[in-house]
Amino acid sequence: MKTKSLIFYALISSIFLFSLVSIWKILVTLQGIELKNFNFLIIITLGIAISLLNLLLGEKLNYLIKSTFFALIFVFVDGYLVQEMPIWYNIGIFGILIFFSLKINKYNQKYLASEHSSQIVVFDFLTLFGIVLFSFVILFPFYMMLITSFKTQAALLINPLDFSINFNQDFTELFKSYFVIFDTYKFGRYILISTFVSVGTVIVTLVFAIPAAYAVARLNFFGKNFLSTSILIIYMFPAIVLVIPLYTVFSQLGLRNSVGGLLIVYTATTLPVAIYMLQGYFKSIPKELEEAAIMDKLNWFGIIIKIILPLSIPAISSVALYVFMIAWNEFLFSLMFLDNPNSFTLSRAIQYLSGDAETPRQYLMAGSVVVTIPVLLIFVYFEKYLVSGLTAGSVKG
Amino acid sequence: MSDTLSKIEKRTAYILILPAVFLVFSIILFPIFANVWISFKEVGLKDIRIPEPRAKKIVKSIKDNPDQLKVIYKLRNSSLILEIRDVKFQDKLPKNIKPINLDERCRVKSNKIYCEFGNWEAKYRENFQILLKSSDGKKLNKKELKTIKPKLTGKSDNILLNTNFTLKNFKKVFFQNEFFDLLSTTFYYTFFGTIGSIVFGILTAQLVNQKFFGRTFMRSVLLFPYVGPVVALAYTWELLLDPYSGTLNNLLINFQVIQEPLNLLGQKYLTINFFGFDLKLRLALTTVIIFEIWRYFPLAFLFILARLQAVPKELYEAAEVDGAGPLQKFINITLPQITAVISILFMIRFIWNFNKFEDIFLLTGGASGTRTLPINVYEQGFTISDIGMGSAVSIVIVALLLIFMFVYFKLIGKRADEN
Repeated sequence: MKTKSLIFYALISSIFLFSLVSIWKILVTLQGIELKNFNFLIIITLGIAISLLNLLLGEKLNYLIKSTFFALIFVFVDGYLVQEMPIWYNIGIFGILIFFSLKINKYNQKYLASEHSSQIVVFDFLTLFGIVLFSFVILFPFYMMLITSFKTQAALLINPLDFSINFNQDFTELFKSYFVIFDTYKFGRYILISTFVSVGTVIVTLVFAIPAAYAVARLNFFGKNFLSTSILIIYMFPAIVLVIPLYTVFSQLGLRNSVGGLLIVYTATTLPVAIYMLQGYFKSIPKELEEAAIMDKLNWFGIIIKIILPLSIPAISSVALYVFMIAWNEFLFSLMFLDNPNSFTLSRAIQYLSGDAETPRQYLMAGSVVVTIPVLLIFVYFEKYLVSGLTAGSVKG
Repeated sequence: MSDTLSKIEKRTAYILILPAVFLVFSIILFPIFANVWISFKEVGLKDIRIPEPRAKKIVKSIKDNPDQLKVIYKLRNSSLILEIRDVKFQDKLPKNIKPINLDERCRVKSNKIYCEFGNWEAKYRENFQILLKSSDGKKLNKKELKTIKPKLTGKSDNILLNTNFTLKNFKKVFFQNEFFDLLSTTFYYTFFGTIGSIVFGILTAQLVNQKFFGRTFMRSVLLFPYVGPVVALAYTWELLLDPYSGTLNNLLINFQVIQEPLNLLGQKYLTINFFGFDLKLRLALTTVIIFEIWRYFPLAFLFILARLQAVPKELYEAAEVDGAGPLQKFINITLPQITAVISILFMIRFIWNFNKFEDIFLLTGGASGTRTLPINVYEQGFTISDIGMGSAVSIVIVALLLIFMFVYFKLIGKRADEN
């Protein structure tokens, strides 16, 4: 056994344990329980002690007995340090310790003597640490958004750390923020507008993009190479440099505050990437199928409808979902073009809501939940299609 | 035969691509050129309304004289700046009504009044009156008169279409707009945002590329910030970071990490004492960059993961036989395999971060040292209401973007040659 490996093992495992326990403590604090200290030194010492004991005991004890033993020691000491905690807090700590002990169970004296063992230990724990930390950092804002929408203004002011939900209250009380944004702030209307704009953008984009992509993929014409390279360069130009001229022209044509105007702009901004993604897929379809169709005297319209479309359902759905998400999440153009509350999209409505300093934050968060849930549901459900869309589209955002 | 076929093919191709090309041209390329035009003009937000002659019609009955009515037209030029030339007026009268003592600018022809008002200067206003009399002695119908709307036409200059050009906007952009401050903030934001998202992308891709329980779930979760709507996420972060009622500050104070709440989005500098040196950190800018990294590292993650999964397993196995540790494997196998992806990612993220508007706008609105060039476009155009200036800043952005793309393609070309 190398000393270096031993030190690495003991230190890193205990830091990992400390971070697990700390995240649990933060979550507990957010349930309104008073907890003032992470007890860094004590927990690190305990962690080192447990990991060294683990090496000493080795395989003399059954691993389940060993884990339970470690967990019990830790819960006892921790319970002694932070007193008067509810039983579920200790159960959580117990669970964490069982998990931790099982993780360190694979290390024994022989393992630490092998080559590169210190590096392997570091990498193993960094992986675990990364998984826990990244999940926490990413999910926490979403969690906060959801919980805040169920709280009341008073409760948030009294204790901003109390994120517990009182399930004993009335259904209408619990969902009050949602009732308010739908009744007072007409969010139902905004959902309809957002859906209309997004679905409309998807349909119009596909109608324009499929023929164009087919031409780029299959037909020979003058300027084809120029067109296919310029598609991507055009796509790199940001919305912010288009805003002023479009605003000016749309004002003079009376297209501002119209959902139609927004639809045109969204379609134009998503077209290049839609064409790019589709033409790549169309190229992969065997040419022989079309040659047979030409023999049957189908024109290009017939070829697209009867041969290309049925074969490229996966690519088309991934483009459709990707375009839908861009249109649904879009903010800049809706900020510029819409200033009449009757034609707001969801994003613009939430921004408008926040412009009023008096608006309680739980309404804002309820609105945010309403705009976020559909995209996340679609994303989780169609992940396979969307991921390929994201990688191919790759640049928007 | 083949010649006609290729002609047909060409024609079909043009028919198929024309709608898309037309739309993209009018909504994306035309505005970029229009920016050049507007940036050489002095145009304010209020100037872009085309001036119109307007008339509000008021019908009044006259005391002691029931068969006469007075019609007042409140005439005005809608524009505060531009004149309207050759204003022509037209209004219809019901059949039994005749005007009396008609203004000399007007004449009547088959139940219609035509007037020529000549030129109206900016802000022009006039109350124009007509006395009407029933021609057959019947009572006059006020309502019928009111429902008929007068028509006005006139010629005016569209301030956007005249050929008065000036270099004023560009002078202002470079010399009166704290241009170098803007530029350095933009680069700081872009550079660190890009590097950060790529570093975290590598880390997370490396994580998810290993086998563990809940790996697919983890992959979905990692993409949440990227697919969520920016408005919702920005406001959630704002709430999270609020100095008084925000969760983060309260947590940090609760666990005694800090004594005083930090205004993470509203404070320009934070002075940190570092071994006796006072370091000044751009606090709000750093927070915005962290949000940026949080939101966009998933893209880097996705790209790098796709690349990592394509690396042949044999490479790692061979390295293991040779006695390489995890660190050596990462440096000697993984990194060389992903450099190509990273350089593409670097360009994409660099350009997009450079153009990023929504994130900063929603979090700080460009205050406390987070004013980047895109934010400045919005501020100039819509807060200060100077469209010309906004366009000039847009042109600067486009020019810089073209330089980046040029440099990038040069570098890529060079590397392709070397290989």
